[in-house]
Amino acid sequence: MIFDWDFAYSILPNLVDAVWVTIAATFWGFLLALGLGLVLALLRRSRFRLISWPVGFVIEFVRSTPLLVQIYFLYFVLPEFGLVMSPFLTGVIALGVHYAAYTSEVYRAGIDGVPKGQWEACVALDLSPYRTMRSVIVPQAIPPVVPALGNYLVAMFKDTPMLSAITVLELLQTAKIIGSQTFRYLEPLTMVGVIFLLLSLVASMMVRLVERRLAPAQSSPLLDYTK
Amino acid sequence: MSQIDMSAPPMVRFRNVSKAFGDLVVLDDLNLDVQPNEKVAIIGPSGSGKSTLLRVLMTLETIDSGVIEVDGEPLWHMRRGDKLVPASRGHLREMRKKIGMVFQQFNLFPHMTVLRNVTEAPIHVLGLSKEEARARAVELLEMVGLGDKLDSYPANLSGGQQQRVGIARALAMRPKVMLFDEVTSALDPELVGEVLTVMRRLAEEHDLTMLMVTHEMGFAREIADRVCFFDSGRIAEEGPPSVIFSDPKQDRTRAFLSAVLNSQ
Amino acid sequence: MLDVFDLLPLLLTGAVVTVQITVMGGALALVMAFAAGLGRLSRSAPIRWLSTVYVEFFRGTSALIQLFWLFYALPLLGVSLDPMVAAVIGLGLNIGSYGAEVVRGAVLAVPRGQYEAARALGFSRAQMLRRILVPQAIPAMVPPFGNLWIELLKATALVSLITLGDLTFQAQMLRTATLQTPLIFGTVLFIYFALAMVMVFIIRRIERRVGRGLDRGGMRT
Repeated sequence: MIFDWDFAYSILPNLVDAVWVTIAATFWGFLLALGLGLVLALLRRSRFRLISWPVGFVIEFVRSTPLLVQIYFLYFVLPEFGLVMSPFLTGVIALGVHYAAYTSEVYRAGIDGVPKGQWEACVALDLSPYRTMRSVIVPQAIPPVVPALGNYLVAMFKDTPMLSAITVLELLQTAKIIGSQTFRYLEPLTMVGVIFLLLSLVASMMVRLVERRLAPAQSSPLLDYTK
Repeated sequence: MSQIDMSAPPMVRFRNVSKAFGDLVVLDDLNLDVQPNEKVAIIGPSGSGKSTLLRVLMTLETIDSGVIEVDGEPLWHMRRGDKLVPASRGHLREMRKKIGMVFQQFNLFPHMTVLRNVTEAPIHVLGLSKEEARARAVELLEMVGLGDKLDSYPANLSGGQQQRVGIARALAMRPKVMLFDEVTSALDPELVGEVLTVMRRLAEEHDLTMLMVTHEMGFAREIADRVCFFDSGRIAEEGPPSVIFSDPKQDRTRAFLSAVLNSQ
Repeated sequence: MLDVFDLLPLLLTGAVVTVQITVMGGALALVMAFAAGLGRLSRSAPIRWLSTVYVEFFRGTSALIQLFWLFYALPLLGVSLDPMVAAVIGLGLNIGSYGAEVVRGAVLAVPRGQYEAARALGFSRAQMLRRILVPQAIPAMVPPFGNLWIELLKATALVSLITLGDLTFQAQMLRTATLQTPLIFGTVLFIYFALAMVMVFIIRRIERRVGRGLDRGGMRT
């Protein structure tokens, strides 16, 4: 069996439709991850151990267990408690919560990177803890970590095929359906691979562009291959 | 002290050598001959290109134009017929064996013991047997006063000790030319003396051409055969230390020396 | 009503498969990380390109798609892989591509002076990498390698989708058979968490080992 270009061309419109589902899941999932991650980061810094410890445990737990199992958990377990959501919404929440555990660590690194003098200045100015975070610390903590957040956006995008396991009609699920109807898996799966490759290469390039604006590229004499 | 034969062909020769980093000219049409066994101290303000002079000689930086010769052979070029063509990697590797360098920041290999720091290159670059390399290393380490530190790691040595290992490491390759790039600048003042003592012995007892970029004016005056005052990529003034330090001709030399000597 | 002890034997059979893939895939990933990471620093342009294509390809596509392609599409080209082989190859190559960037970054981060000292002593590029730069870069590689290994453990759940009987697969089987959904998935999540904690413990030990006696920073004045 060889790659059938006509067949590939005929299924392209279906796959292009599915791209939008993939992108929508990435977009909403990441929005959730950005917001929830910041909340988790701030809670983890709390002075009250009754808050900071459980939050720290939840972050570690979510980071150490498979996203696929978390997706199943939300999809199969929540309805038993009367919470029924569409597969798409379930998937978005799973992606968002999973990656919030990662973004919270990124935010934490950003907050730790703000110079000590900024905190001291806030104390000297008698700013409330809320005002200190809101106006001084967080605005300075985020720009340096934008590339790291961008990398997680790309990573989340590449995890969206897992939503196929709960029947979300994203790219991989669409390819699987085409495969089961036509018994041709080679073309749809290869095309989905290529689409992911193209989109994530573009996304990674954008992240690197931002990165380079924030910090000049690494230079090493080893990169001179003539020596 | 070994004698300098002024009629011998030079050990190191710079002919119209230029080098720029972007707009910044660090070597400006430089000419310099160093005789075998000669000890040359290079002094001058920071950013004047002193270190670059050593670094192009060690082939850590390329040159833009001109010719450098070491021991009668072009460094960055090879003779093909009567033409000079750019050097191959093999040629550069051969030429590097003639030259040793000691660095301001020591650059010892932190994952190796003192002994291995000194034997690694003789074994793998020169092809010495382990026993030969070890014998050579022990002798050199004893000479620099570290015969009891063979199995220590660099992190457990003082800066002065590390730098003495750095000198032994370079000498183990039996180079004809030794380059010293501000080797005491990173040291606490009380550790400078032990390194200078080693260098003094080296200068007095060994047939070795030495080029030293230094801020230690007293030391330069004491052991150098010639002092070169470097300014804006050129040698602005040169001569025996007695002349340069007591009776400099150039205003810039005078200004530099008075600034440095007053601060020391 | 079933309790957790009725479920455990089956789940543990699955966990064994999960551990096998985590270990074997990890070994393959380690080999690929060094091969491609150092390949990207090779003086030979074809080797550099090959390594770069490998890294960009496996980082650019999704692990699940790679597994599906190996398991469902590759047989149509005449190469049929056993699911276990497909899982180890797919996940090993995927994680290895991230590991290659770790190797490359760590080698490039060795202080410039080390490179210069090695050059001044006449080492060839290969000797310099092998004897001077890579040994010094290894301690910096261990923590990110540890993170990638945990990522590999998590990614093994994907093999349940190519019919391999790992922990997640067994959970799905049990779910359809018993409908004890909260108990099953709760237990499974905790088994994964426990496995991750064991791996963290192993990684910490390795970190201490490679870091020992090697206080960084060549200067102490």
